[in-house]
Amino acid sequence: MNARILPYVLILPVTLFLCLFFIYPFVLVSQQAFQAADGGWSMENFQEVVEYWKFPISMKNTLLLAAIVVPVQLALALLMATMVSKMKKGRDMVLYIWTIPLGISDLAAGIIWLAIFEQSGFLNSMLHGIGVVDKPVNFLTYQNPWIVFLAIALAEIWRATAIMLVILVAGIGLIPKEYYEAADVFGASKWKQFTRITFPLLRPSLQTALVLRVILAFEIFAVVAALGGTLFPVLMGQTYSYQFDLLNSGAAAAMALIILGISIGFTLIILRILRVPKGASI
Amino acid sequence: MTLHSKITGAVSGIAVSCIAFAAQADVLFWSTQAKPVEESQAMREQVLSGAGEVDYQPNDPGPWITRLNAELQADSGTIGVLGALHGDFSAMDPDDLVDLSDLGVMSASSTFNDLSKLGTDSMQYIPWMQASYIMAANKEALQYLPEGADVDALTYDQLIAWGQNVMTATGEAKFGFPAGPKGLKHRFFQGYLYPSYTNGVVRSFASDEAVTAWEKMRELWAVTNPASTNFSFLQEQLLSGDAWIVFDHTSRLAQAFNERPDDFIAFPAPAGPTGRGFMPVLAGVAIPRTAPDMEASKALVAHMLKPETQIATLRATNFFPVVDVDLPGDLPPAVTAAGDAVAKMSGSADANPGLLPAGLGDKGGDFNRVFVDSFERIVLGGQDIRAVLDDQKGKLAAIMEETGAPCWAPDAPSEGACPVE
Amino acid sequence: MTDAAVNDVSVDTRKSGRFLYGASVVFLCAWVIVPIYFLLINTLSSPETVNSFPKPFIPEFDFGSLQFFAGFSGMLTALKNSVIVALLTMIMSIIIGAPAGYALSRFDFPGKGLFRMLILLTRAFPLPLLALPLAVMFIQTGLDDTAFGLALVHTTLAIPFAVLITFSLFSGIPIELEEAAWTLGCTRLTAFTKVVLPLILPGITASAIFAFVISWNEVFAAAVLTIENRTLTAFLLQNLDTSPLHLKFAGGFILVVPALIFIFAVRKYLFAMWGIANR
Repeated sequence: MNARILPYVLILPVTLFLCLFFIYPFVLVSQQAFQAADGGWSMENFQEVVEYWKFPISMKNTLLLAAIVVPVQLALALLMATMVSKMKKGRDMVLYIWTIPLGISDLAAGIIWLAIFEQSGFLNSMLHGIGVVDKPVNFLTYQNPWIVFLAIALAEIWRATAIMLVILVAGIGLIPKEYYEAADVFGASKWKQFTRITFPLLRPSLQTALVLRVILAFEIFAVVAALGGTLFPVLMGQTYSYQFDLLNSGAAAAMALIILGISIGFTLIILRILRVPKGASI
Repeated sequence: MTLHSKITGAVSGIAVSCIAFAAQADVLFWSTQAKPVEESQAMREQVLSGAGEVDYQPNDPGPWITRLNAELQADSGTIGVLGALHGDFSAMDPDDLVDLSDLGVMSASSTFNDLSKLGTDSMQYIPWMQASYIMAANKEALQYLPEGADVDALTYDQLIAWGQNVMTATGEAKFGFPAGPKGLKHRFFQGYLYPSYTNGVVRSFASDEAVTAWEKMRELWAVTNPASTNFSFLQEQLLSGDAWIVFDHTSRLAQAFNERPDDFIAFPAPAGPTGRGFMPVLAGVAIPRTAPDMEASKALVAHMLKPETQIATLRATNFFPVVDVDLPGDLPPAVTAAGDAVAKMSGSADANPGLLPAGLGDKGGDFNRVFVDSFERIVLGGQDIRAVLDDQKGKLAAIMEETGAPCWAPDAPSEGACPVE
Repeated sequence: MTDAAVNDVSVDTRKSGRFLYGASVVFLCAWVIVPIYFLLINTLSSPETVNSFPKPFIPEFDFGSLQFFAGFSGMLTALKNSVIVALLTMIMSIIIGAPAGYALSRFDFPGKGLFRMLILLTRAFPLPLLALPLAVMFIQTGLDDTAFGLALVHTTLAIPFAVLITFSLFSGIPIELEEAAWTLGCTRLTAFTKVVLPLILPGITASAIFAFVISWNEVFAAAVLTIENRTLTAFLLQNLDTSPLHLKFAGGFILVVPALIFIFAVRKYLFAMWGIANR
């Protein structure tokens, strides 16, 4: 088949599918964001959501959380992926264990981590058991916003590192062993091997893992609601509150578009930084 | 009767039952109530077992409203009967609900029946069950009651002092307040704190008395378990001991009483300078205009109002009947405890009952947000009370003007929209 | 003498290095497993124990909570529906997604950037907002309340993963391999099926896992779009947070287990990639 038409034939199914099940409802919903109370076009909804006093806090919390959680996850996933690639015995089992959180929904993860951090939870039981504290400490309170933040970050790192891990592990698997053997012959250190071979060749996978993870990080909601309660408003929580508590779908759509805008911005930045050079090949 | 007519009668009887059977697709009961798995199981097995084929599906408000709106927009539905709170129905367009006035069933309370008209002349939903908010405490806390205080006739000051005593004795703040994401804190402000201190909700929103009320709220918060911002169902904290004295919805306290009936007591909400404010919770059943089988839906609504169904519902959900029934003696401990507390509360000399917000339409959520935002800014954020109230007052006034909702008790009646004074 | 000393040192560092390595592997495994172990403890505890303090660290094997769900009507049907929807999602997302991943990695074509953005945007807009127009569309077309209809929505969620993962893996396979196959007389198609496909099978497995898990854990669309054919997640999870603690944990546990079994079942395909790496 003609190499000029072939790519379009290949992307046609996806495009049609997404037009029907994503673009069509998306356009309908987005229209509402630009609709004024009287039916005309306006930016009223955007103004309303941005001027709400919780908006700056939600924005700060969402960005801060992404800024802390995603790099830690990236580092951890890279570490785990390289560790597992050196493993000789028990690799299957270790890799399986590390991918377990994949199967756990964010709602379930929230339930699990709340059981750890709540006042009569497992963390306090442990601290109590080894005699560090006499009576349970209240971790998740408005006096300790940093502990709340830390708890949410830990739960997110626990829950969503596996997504990156699987993508990176699959990517590392494609790097030919000969490269490392050659590097060994020339006496390159493990660190040098990582920065000179693994990292550059892993670029496409890194890009994918980061972009997906960052987009999902801006959509964070269930874990935050479970652990942070009302103390830690995030953008997605505000969106749902407009849609389902206030029944204001225009404002909800405006919030969602703002989140979309931020996601696009960060995606472009990541794509730029981790550009896969043209004709990338090994 | 001749043999012939008997046979035709039997034949047509069989035919009718066959048709009924064939047309009898499950009636879908789409509800926001009785969500906890045990309650929905009890709804299916006990309450609805005698109502023919009913598919009882409780949902979060999000999916509930989304599915309902989709069916209304598509003009084609599977939902037969809706079960939800008064506030959920009042946010809907009355035209989307079938007029139920001629159904011949209604609640025993004319107040409830009026509420269910949603501002129209006919009943848009039928009151289904009621509850209220009460206080509950671990019996261990009783020894710290301030001197001279009667647990059944507490004042807010005594409640604060009680919480203080517990805190001094145990070193922990053990008052529990439903300030979590799904907690019903706004009802405490609207139905309890404001009526008890200002004898109003809307008119007196930014009054000097309201400033006092919020000062008391701050004092109460000082003896409140600070993790309360995660609490939405205080039965959990009662059972775990994280909170000893709590305020919540009767059905959100039920599990504590049913599991360890001897460890807890239920009692009325406290009183302030203008009486003992309290507020009911009202759930209703309605039929959307898109219901596939109108007759079956109406039959189910009528079934829900039967006295024996109402008692079964009480057992299943801890919501009380809205029709006159003789309560049996063998009710679950939670029902007995909550029922006594509500009776004491409404029978108290200084009772100051409030009504549910009415006429707010789909602005009910915005109305709640005014109170929740005030709480978060004043109590959690430590902002100046007067400044916050003056700021929120504008938002409240805008909501009242936009909806034109008249005042409801305990606010004095108004001509037109309820004014914020 | 000096040589021996140097050797000793390097043996020592290697030993401690190996110890550090082993310790970190164990630590990371524990980091993943311990929270799930806590969930297991609470699942197998009586309601009193779930509410007690301090919590036990060994389960007491009380099956009361699990038994409650065993008697819950409709659990098995819901489980069956969940599996059907998840499998359909898996198949559709790969069949539709993988070709696009291949196109993105092998060709430069006008509109490529736009296409990539479209794929990514799919994940950047919250589904609960899209659910209303989708539900209206489904009711009008008769897709409402079918496993296939729900799978279509879940496929939309899974497609970005399918396309991007296959894209990054195809990019990792040298085009020279394919070109070599062409010179040896393969057509584009046979070169693909004989040379490339075996290489990216692990990647396909990875995106299959994602598709399955995404579909398995999705609550909102499932709650809105299925009535009689409820999935297990819609059936259980959305009501869990209002349920008593012990049931909350047991329900969470019941939801987690099938997903874990699925990952376990396909892991050998996922990990087959190590054989490829050693080619």
